[in-house]
Amino acid sequence: MENDNKATGAFEPKLVAFVCNWCTYVGADLAGTSRLKYASNVRVIRLPCTGRIDFMLILKAFAQGMDGVIVSGCHPGDCHYTVGNYHARRRWILFRSLLDFAGIDVRRVHFAWVSAAEGAKWADLVNKVSGEVRELGPYKEYQGLAGKGIA
Amino acid sequence: MARIGVFVCHCGENIAGTVDCPKVVESMMHIPGVVHAVDYKYMCSDPGQRMVRDAIREHKLTGVVVAACSPRMHEPTFRRACAEAGLNPFLCEISNIREHCSWVHEKSEATTQKAIDLVRVMVEKVKRNRELQPISVPVTKTALVLGGGIAGIQAALDIANCGHKVVLVEREPSIGGHMAQLSETFPTLDCSQCIMTPRMVEVAQNENITLYTYSELESLDGFIGNFKAKIRMKARSVDMNLCTGCGSCYQKCPQKKIPSEFNTGLGTRTAIYTPFLQAVPNKPVIDRDNCLYFKKGVCKLCEKVCPTKAIKYDQQDEIVEVDVGAVVVATGYNVLNTGFFPEYGYGKYKDVITGLQFERLASASGPTSGEIRRPSDGKVPETVVFVACSGSRDPAKGLPYCSKVCCMYTAKHAMLYKHKMHEGKAYIFYMDIRAGGKMYEEFVRRAVEEDGVNYVRGRVSRIYEEDGQLVVKGADTLLGGMPLEIKADLVVLATAMVASPGAEELAQKLHVSYDAYKFISEAHPKLRPVETNTAGVFVAGACQAPKDIPETVAQASGAASKVLQLFSKPELMREPVVAVVNRTAPPLFSTCVGCFLCEKACPYQAIGREEIKARDGKVLKVVAKVNAGLCQGCGTCVALCRSKSIDLQGFTNEQIFAEIMAL
Repeated sequence: MENDNKATGAFEPKLVAFVCNWCTYVGADLAGTSRLKYASNVRVIRLPCTGRIDFMLILKAFAQGMDGVIVSGCHPGDCHYTVGNYHARRRWILFRSLLDFAGIDVRRVHFAWVSAAEGAKWADLVNKVSGEVRELGPYKEYQGLAGKGIA
Repeated sequence: MARIGVFVCHCGENIAGTVDCPKVVESMMHIPGVVHAVDYKYMCSDPGQRMVRDAIREHKLTGVVVAACSPRMHEPTFRRACAEAGLNPFLCEISNIREHCSWVHEKSEATTQKAIDLVRVMVEKVKRNRELQPISVPVTKTALVLGGGIAGIQAALDIANCGHKVVLVEREPSIGGHMAQLSETFPTLDCSQCIMTPRMVEVAQNENITLYTYSELESLDGFIGNFKAKIRMKARSVDMNLCTGCGSCYQKCPQKKIPSEFNTGLGTRTAIYTPFLQAVPNKPVIDRDNCLYFKKGVCKLCEKVCPTKAIKYDQQDEIVEVDVGAVVVATGYNVLNTGFFPEYGYGKYKDVITGLQFERLASASGPTSGEIRRPSDGKVPETVVFVACSGSRDPAKGLPYCSKVCCMYTAKHAMLYKHKMHEGKAYIFYMDIRAGGKMYEEFVRRAVEEDGVNYVRGRVSRIYEEDGQLVVKGADTLLGGMPLEIKADLVVLATAMVASPGAEELAQKLHVSYDAYKFISEAHPKLRPVETNTAGVFVAGACQAPKDIPETVAQASGAASKVLQLFSKPELMREPVVAVVNRTAPPLFSTCVGCFLCEKACPYQAIGREEIKARDGKVLKVVAKVNAGLCQGCGTCVALCRSKSIDLQGFTNEQIFAEIMAL
């Protein structure tokens, strides 16, 4: 993925979305079957459940040059595995304060609930996060650390 | 060294229209480990699958990536093709470049680039896939059917008649559902009760069916083939074994003015009651909210008159636990006035009623014994106005979807009315007439041509009362929007069909997905219409979407046949997406440090403890151990594990980090 749009030279953010298999992945499928259009700079990584998301995955994504991360799963109460999304939510609360402490802009990580019926919400979410991260500009800090062999 | 084959599908124009497929193929060839890449118009077709099989043999592939539609569509198809060619099916992965790429972006270089990225990510994952073997699990050959309407009854009978046990749970005191409330059914006008009640009796007499009425599902745990259901039998206050259904109790009950649910509030019932005369089981319940004894501690008349001493005021709710292998959800719908159109005056004017209420008025078992009399004064109406789409197909004020049955039942209502009141006038305000179905269009034509029902194309803006009559204001859009005012004695609203109360909570208990209107989602709208996203849970009838009786019965039989398919073998094969705790050489044995955070986090109690012993039996170490039969593969334990000793097959840390590294 190229960081800059070759045609215009404008900054295009790179986003990765960690989504659960049962709600958000299906919601994103629904956006497709409904032929909704949204920003093309997101890459989806499918996991069984948001409970599977270790925050090392998110840090690795930043180290890999991502400018923003979306984490999305089933709404509270709707988890296919009953409670996986609660684990994710709790972990996110902790991780959020750690991000803040570490100086990583929390606006680069977006936590959301998108159900299997919410294709439009998924499209809006990607557009919104894409727009916000575009405002924030490219994320270089963590890559710098990685380059020095620190992270 | 990995030998990966990449197969890029055009999906006709669906993918190739926006993604440059040859370019995707070309860029794959530069990835180390990819030895074969090809694109084809329809990869899922027989020649397409043959390309995959041939390539596996010819190029000795160790992994396959199919870049096509969502894995929810064709992952099983391609995994099967791989297995046929001798490749372990779990070495095949799908890269979703249709729903997640070509359908949601415009044709551009960026879209092709995204497709390339998505495929590359999957190639890196597949390189790290391991051969996995499906897990075989035993199947409990008992089905749980939720809902005793026509859908649940049909499914239960189909399964029971094949010799399997069925547990049928119904929330109300009797089975029968909405169909038992209907008068006559379109397009044949045969009496609903005449076709419904024999089936209800069949359920009661079938020795394979255990019936729990006045009961609700409390919880469902487990997984396909091995569910544990807890059913709450609500306190009936009547001993089912002693009661003979003689009816002395409800004849004597002094509380006679309670609006009857079965008669949609148009008739009354007593506090101890059976919903209707043909109820199955024909045994009453005490409505504790309205019973004098429960309210004020006095009365006990029913206990005095009961010849078998069956009245038990101290009865408590009881929880029954049953082991079942499959679940059929058939909890139906609701048509309560949803208050979308306050200007129609439902609830304000007694003579504005819903379609279901009209069914009760027209039914021989109804409060008027089948005579159509208006609720306010019992007068036979001379003019009746029917308003179709009272809430349906109105994204601005109501619900955007079509309730599907209203066009037909409105025509039927007008017809039934005209059959009973030849001189009466029937008007139907409609948007379109949707009469798709065998003999349906002919039925509507009959209403117009033979019975003289007046169809007015247009919406109703307001209904108000004037001199004891209802004034219906509307417009006839076929006459250029000419304003229209009809003085009516009775107005019938075809209110929208909505999900039944508690549908959301039920879906959550079953872990199935549901749509924005709380209708349960099927696994695939075309190809898997009776399955849900949760293996072993099937769906039938109007809890999935509004539908009529023939469709409901067809879907219920479909669900039953899926259950029977599951019950046809003693064991079933499950995907081996389960967690495993690693094992290493002694003296470590495993990197697991025995903190057992995973044990606490597991929603399925699938993690136990294992003692690692020396030859003399001395316990060297206690580590976590996953019970693969119980594990559902959510991976919550993996994210928690401090020492990274537990991993999820199919979604290992190695695989996911490789995916991220490939971004």
